Amino acid sequence: MGVFAYVAKRFGLYLAVLFIGLTITFLLPRFLPINPVDGYIGQIQSRANGTLTPEAIAEMRVNLEQLYGLEGDIFTQYLAYLKRVVIDFDFGPSFTYYPAEVSTMITTALPWTLGLLLTATIIAWLLGNMVGLVAGYFHKKRAASILEFVGILLYPIPYYILAVSVLLLLAYIFPIFPLSPTFPVGEMTWPKVGMIIYNSLLPAITLVLAGFGWNILSMKALAVATTEEPYVTYARLKGTSNWTRMTRYVFRNALLPQVTALALSLGMIFNGALLTEIIFSYPGIGLIMRTAATGGDYNVLYGAITLSILAVATAGLVIDLIYPLLDPRIRHK
Amino acid sequence: MSIDTKDASLADAAPASGAGSRPGFAAGLLWLLNPRLAIGLIILTIMGVGSFVLPIFAPADPSIQATYMRNLPVSGAHWLGTNSLGQDIFWFLVLSVRNSLMLGIMVAIGVTIVATIVGLSAGYIGGRFERAVMLIVDTFITIPLLPILIILGALIRGNTSFFTVGLIIIIFGWAWDARTVRSMALSLREREFINMARFSGANTVDVLVREILPYVSAYILVGFINTVLFAINTEATLAVIGLSKVEVPTLGSIIFWALSYNALFTGQYTWIVAPIVATVTLFLGLFLTSTGFNQAFASKRGVS
Repeated sequence: MGVFAYVAKRFGLYLAVLFIGLTITFLLPRFLPINPVDGYIGQIQSRANGTLTPEAIAEMRVNLEQLYGLEGDIFTQYLAYLKRVVIDFDFGPSFTYYPAEVSTMITTALPWTLGLLLTATIIAWLLGNMVGLVAGYFHKKRAASILEFVGILLYPIPYYILAVSVLLLLAYIFPIFPLSPTFPVGEMTWPKVGMIIYNSLLPAITLVLAGFGWNILSMKALAVATTEEPYVTYARLKGTSNWTRMTRYVFRNALLPQVTALALSLGMIFNGALLTEIIFSYPGIGLIMRTAATGGDYNVLYGAITLSILAVATAGLVIDLIYPLLDPRIRHK
Repeated sequence: MSIDTKDASLADAAPASGAGSRPGFAAGLLWLLNPRLAIGLIILTIMGVGSFVLPIFAPADPSIQATYMRNLPVSGAHWLGTNSLGQDIFWFLVLSVRNSLMLGIMVAIGVTIVATIVGLSAGYIGGRFERAVMLIVDTFITIPLLPILIILGALIRGNTSFFTVGLIIIIFGWAWDARTVRSMALSLREREFINMARFSGANTVDVLVREILPYVSAYILVGFINTVLFAINTEATLAVIGLSKVEVPTLGSIIFWALSYNALFTGQYTWIVAPIVATVTLFLGLFLTSTGFNQAFASKRGVS
């Protein structure tokens, strides 16, 4: 089977996954007993102290249904939804920040989320793999079990607990970082960049700590397994140094599964993003989603969830396509 | 990434292969008991039994507000003091652990049943059926759980019961386990003893239930514990951001209330520190039990 067929097959799967994902998000609110249009009209009415005439309400309903694409039967709605989301990337205006476009809001927030999460995920990956490699290579030494213990201790701690503890420790008991960070908007100047980096350090530390534990554990397991391979023994008998064996022999071969893990965690960062941004009030997609969820701003929620499905599916696709290039043992199949 | 506790199934491989350094534990009747599993089970037993038995002695329903004076310090009557809502923090915490554990076990039962049926049948039957099922499984894995839960939380906020939250976690949480079970079924399909059973005239259901199920039950047990962890974590995450049923005492809702009443700045450390300590202990117990089982099964099979 050629490379082309492999790529085509994988790409087909990608499209299918996206399609099903979008369909589920389309159907989700339609299975629920609550109608967003009713909810929104109710909100407006309570704001107007119930002084709206029935005619005004009916007119508003028609407007809202147009806006939401709720006209016609469910199939027409579905086609309109797919066209809007896939072709135009249009989720309509936000309710809370009317008339701001949801797509604009998301594109403004995206660099923040990506900047913080990509950096933190990569740092966590590098650190975790280094510690895991040392712990795995010297797995018979006592010091290695201490390193592994760090991983065991960190890994099962729920993320929000970690975040709250870090906040408690480094912003309250030892006030090294600000408790409520400020992120200046507008033109970038050097002091501003410094301030943003300083204010992002605390959420970044939490993300690194959270990702770190898992990487230690998985890298350690891989390194232990690789250390016992015959070619490592052969290299030892040949007289190579510990350092050479650890980096050139063990690390290289244990690295491959870790690359897959990195891709998966890159996809998963949206989950982490949500909590980090909510707990540390960091101005990214997560914070937008939280505000939208509490305010019933469905358009924003739909935009954000579509984006996260897209991101996770794409991360999976990219790694599947790159992986055979990294590992010569894997054939395109 | 707290919410990705599903990754635990991956991490489990870690301690399992590390077990090679202590082959002595595989011997004898105590093959199951390694230090990790023992510590994990002790933690779980204390917390489990404690949280289910203690509420019988609770002087009042801990979730009712204004039962006691507000913001009382730690004392003999209130072991962890009372919070700004007039609730006894100790009893609220005990009930939180119980509710979280119950939710976790309920979700894990649901997820395990669905994942086992889907995974085994897909892996064993194969062909077009498998491809269709795996496409759905892959999709459910791809859809990020937290945003979906937030949408659902926003839509049905206030109208949910605590168990609806659990049901939603089941619906969006079974896919990862199904994938693991299916990969096991795939490798089993080619084994001799399965062919043996087939040639002796067993039908598909017989083979699945009598031959494959006992073989994968060890993995399913480990998966079960990991799902308990995942479910407690997911519900707590939702509660912390205020999108679960926060009136029900759970490990997440207690932190939600503590955070929203600024427990830190009013100096009520027990309100915020106690649930953190309880959660970390519970999670450590679950994690050690799950990896401990894995290690024990690995040494029983002679893998390590």
